[in-house]
Amino acid sequence: MPAALDERRALTHKPPMKSHDVVITGIGLVSSLGEGPDAHWQKLTAAGTKPVLDTERFAPYTVHPLPEIDWNLQIAKRGDQRQMETWQRLGTYVAGLALDDAGIKTDEALCSTMDMVVAAGGGERDVTVDNAILAASENRNDFDVLLNEKLTTELRPTLFLAQLSNLLAGNISIVHKVTGSSRTFMGEEGAGVAAVETAAARVRSGQSTHMLVGGAFQTEHPDMLLGYELGAYLHRGAWKPVWQRAGSEGGGVVSGSGGAFLVLESREHAEKRGARVYAELGPVRSGRARRKRGELSSTLETLLKAANLPQGQVLALSGASGGHAATSAEKAAIDAYTGLTARGFGTLTGHLKEAQFPFAVALAALAVHNKAPYPVFDATSERNFDGIPEQVLATAVGYHQFEGLALVSAG
Amino acid sequence: MAKLKDHLGRPVVAVTGIGVVTSLGVGKADNWAALTAGKSGIHPITRFPIDQLNTRISGMVDFLPSSSKGASALTYELAETAAREAVTEAGIDLENFGGPLFLASPPVELDWHDRLALYKGGKQADASERVLEVARGLNSSDMFDSAQFGTIADRLSDAFGTTGLPITLSTACASGATAIQLGVEAIRRGECDRALSVGADGSATAEALIRFSLLSALSTSNDVPEKASKPFSKDRDGFVLAEGSAALVLESLESALARGATVLGILRGCGEKADDFHRTRSKPDGSPAIAAVKAALADAGLSEDEIDYINAHGTSTPENDKMEHLSLSTVFGQRISQIPISSNKSMIGHTLSAAGAIEAAFSLMTMREGVIPPTINYDNPDPAIALDVVPNKKREAKVGTVLSNSFGFGGQNTCLVMAREPV
Repeated sequence: MPAALDERRALTHKPPMKSHDVVITGIGLVSSLGEGPDAHWQKLTAAGTKPVLDTERFAPYTVHPLPEIDWNLQIAKRGDQRQMETWQRLGTYVAGLALDDAGIKTDEALCSTMDMVVAAGGGERDVTVDNAILAASENRNDFDVLLNEKLTTELRPTLFLAQLSNLLAGNISIVHKVTGSSRTFMGEEGAGVAAVETAAARVRSGQSTHMLVGGAFQTEHPDMLLGYELGAYLHRGAWKPVWQRAGSEGGGVVSGSGGAFLVLESREHAEKRGARVYAELGPVRSGRARRKRGELSSTLETLLKAANLPQGQVLALSGASGGHAATSAEKAAIDAYTGLTARGFGTLTGHLKEAQFPFAVALAALAVHNKAPYPVFDATSERNFDGIPEQVLATAVGYHQFEGLALVSAG
Repeated sequence: MAKLKDHLGRPVVAVTGIGVVTSLGVGKADNWAALTAGKSGIHPITRFPIDQLNTRISGMVDFLPSSSKGASALTYELAETAAREAVTEAGIDLENFGGPLFLASPPVELDWHDRLALYKGGKQADASERVLEVARGLNSSDMFDSAQFGTIADRLSDAFGTTGLPITLSTACASGATAIQLGVEAIRRGECDRALSVGADGSATAEALIRFSLLSALSTSNDVPEKASKPFSKDRDGFVLAEGSAALVLESLESALARGATVLGILRGCGEKADDFHRTRSKPDGSPAIAAVKAALADAGLSEDEIDYINAHGTSTPENDKMEHLSLSTVFGQRISQIPISSNKSMIGHTLSAAGAIEAAFSLMTMREGVIPPTINYDNPDPAIALDVVPNKKREAKVGTVLSNSFGFGGQNTCLVMAREPV
């Protein structure tokens, strides 16, 4: 039974009472390539753009580091910046970019009625304190007592808030005054998929008129690498494009720092305020393949079928992580689907975990909006795409679990 | 014949199964007996040493097989236990639930003992590098699974045969209510006929306790643990960290009636409003909490006069109880002094991510049983908070509608309105 994608639910799906088109009117992006939709479009469509890599700081792991960011541009108060660590600052910053891009940032009425879904992991721990505890453990056999001693005296009280998953959304409320509903979803790439899916469903059903949805990932911290490496998922050795890491040392994932937020609106709402529409967000499909039972390939096939792809050539912005099993299953599913041509953007940005799916949807929307495809990011593994991409697929297949995709169309 | 659509033309959402675990015990029966007897589950901490700690009491769940196995394992067991009770009561196949899962659970972190084990397993000078190197050579996926945010929901999905991609969420201390709200919304949008909403929290580690302590959020009334949580009292001095879980089977009333299920209550409305004032404090005028209560009433199609009982967030912190009183008196006006309002947290402590779900479960039982659980430890009323808190002893009362409040760090305010019967 392909338990993963809920076929029963698909078959018995009842149309909502009212159905509204969901359009994308704001995009905020940050990755090692730069910030903002324009910078990303320029870099990603230029021939021969090379990834920005840091191979030394976390050797033997390579990461795609954050670009230089002037936090003041989106987080005006230094006091607010101090309350956050880099992950929350990054997410708050990217959310601000999206609001700015949608022309909503300074509109108090629109922000105060805006609903929000954030896909989040956790924030950064204090490495100095943690490592001091580990070092002190060498001379102690009462570790739990040591823990109490060190944590009660050395933890910064506010650090807890910088670590809490839902405090990215909390900071977005404080800094940008987005104060409709606020939900935080957790669960790696699946959180990003569910966030976009839920936000779109809210707009489609008329529950929300405008939504902020997205996430951020800050990989430049040993614990953020540890999250992958406890499962031996990270690639080691010389960097390679996402599709070419099978057989290399390590698990295939090269992570990156970055984030993506989208402003989604009902078409009526966007038109009424004269907003620029990048693209329409069509069906968002999600799944939970029981991968240990070998369901991933059949689940991906089912998801692709459910996406209502048009006939002919279709561009797919793939969020493939490079994780060996997931990436090879995704590659096989895309290759088997006639007309589908993949672009693995993780080659150039690194894997952004919770933000990977929102990032994929954003890049898909840019291609539709600019009426042009992306060139190959990996000449060995990707095929050329000719013509104007009117509908573009965005995918995220989790390195370990959960998968989803969405179809973005000319708005 | 009950109406199957609500005042806005949406499917009416019924509750057909409830499961609960708290420090008072496993299951609804034990919990309800203790709760209505005014019994406290707060006790001295024994799970880890209390040296150096200002707070040495909690409402931890210490009697499950996973109680000593770390936050991730315990949170899973709490969730699974409550879900099993709820799905069983609903009369649905335990292995083939046939609807989506919404799980409120604490953000996960690698357990300190696991981090220490990794450190001890290597020799490199740099601790971070050493931990990473040992991690990638592990032969077991246990540590990896415990540190993935999606694991618990994934395992629950496997166990109960829920459909699709499960949603794991955090809205801090409002999480349990948000899980219910997401289920209600999915049914109302016609995406499913039933949903399993679970709130579970087994994350009362030493570090969690210390973190809340550093924010001055916890009671330090260690000497008589069962007296420490004293919502609305003048001498309240913080909340008591606790663990627990609750699960609700939510179902469209149409589907519940069609299969002959017993309707335990109706989820009439949900409301929320984010606060932009401060990371841990609410806006001084209480406007976001007020807006959340009003939104829940409007969503339920009820007026202020139609709420019979309020299940308070009532954490026993000086700030929360004052602000909750301010918000409620603004919404309900003079009538607030006549509406019974009690805090389950006086007996079970603050179960964080699970609180909203546990308190929704108790709210539904309050209506069904016609008994309001008390606010215990109300020996020294705060004169600034003039409420009928159902002090110290349960009260028999006909309760047809309940408002349940949940407020959390990060400006999270979520309110649920429940009813005993369909309209």
